[in-house]
Amino acid sequence: MTFSAFLPYLITMALVTYLVRLVPLLAVKKKIENKFVLSFLHYMPFAVLSVMTVPAVFYSTGSLLSAVVGVTVALILAFFKRSLLLVAASASAAVLICELILQIV
Amino acid sequence: MERKGFKKGIVDGLPICFGYLSVAFAFGIFALSSGLNSLEALLISMTNVTSAGQLAAVPIMVGGGTLFELAAAQFIINLRYSLMSVSLSQKFDSSFKLPQKILCAFVVTDEVFAVASSQKGEISKHYMYGLILTPYLGWSAGTILGAVAGNLLPKIVITSLGIAIYAMFIAIVVPPARENRHTLICVVLAIALSCAFHFIPLLSKIPSGFVVIICAVLASTVAALLFPISNEEEGTQQ
Repeated sequence: MTFSAFLPYLITMALVTYLVRLVPLLAVKKKIENKFVLSFLHYMPFAVLSVMTVPAVFYSTGSLLSAVVGVTVALILAFFKRSLLLVAASASAAVLICELILQIV
Repeated sequence: MERKGFKKGIVDGLPICFGYLSVAFAFGIFALSSGLNSLEALLISMTNVTSAGQLAAVPIMVGGGTLFELAAAQFIINLRYSLMSVSLSQKFDSSFKLPQKILCAFVVTDEVFAVASSQKGEISKHYMYGLILTPYLGWSAGTILGAVAGNLLPKIVITSLGIAIYAMFIAIVVPPARENRHTLICVVLAIALSCAFHFIPLLSKIPSGFVVIICAVLASTVAALLFPISNEEEGTQQ
């Protein structure tokens, strides 16, 4: 693909993605008072993250087993309110160790 | 105060930055193996900052798809950012004027949104600047690293980093779900819906961008109807 063929794609994509983010941010100016809307927005982040995590996390590593190990480590550390970085690093390390063991066995 | 906010933003953004390094790294490899060059891959990352959207866009570009197809795919996959922007509009304090909103809208991502909305009370523009800076750099740097040096790192390391972003999500969701039963029920409901869309044959045909919207809207609506938040919870939300 030539660069001149690539450019329209790039511009279209960037424009759509940006407007999807920007328009609501500019359109909603006042503090929302409606109790249902407030409640909806309160729960929404947790719902979005949950949907994106399960079941995708179980396919995010080399094998289901290492993913389960990683998720377990993450769940335990998160339950005790450890930092995001520590949870992410520990889960990755657990997966790496598990994958290394799987390779040897 | 300004420096404190910015510094806290940087600290909170670092885990996202590391997570993005690995995801963008994978994108860089993917883009090159699909036939784009490293400059094109980098430009896509720097102008879009959206993992799922970018992954979907490359085959459309390389396959010679129409601009409409590309636009429609991006719109559907990234529509969840609209919900996040609405939510963030309630979270930003009065330091956010038009220019700040125009700037920050550019890096409304799942992870940035998650961290921003998990803060107590309103957030300042300085905090937001710090929060989006390193993830943006990580996303760009990861792409170029993946595109240029993708074959140097052992594959097993890249594979293991794949879980990093999800582990972050877990770290964000679990503590509030542990404290609040209503939040927990919302989370369980969202997971159940997500699994239904993944495993039930007919539903699994629906594009992933749609699935996130449908499941999240359903779960949040049910939770909001069953357990409207009290004024106290509102205080922590806004």
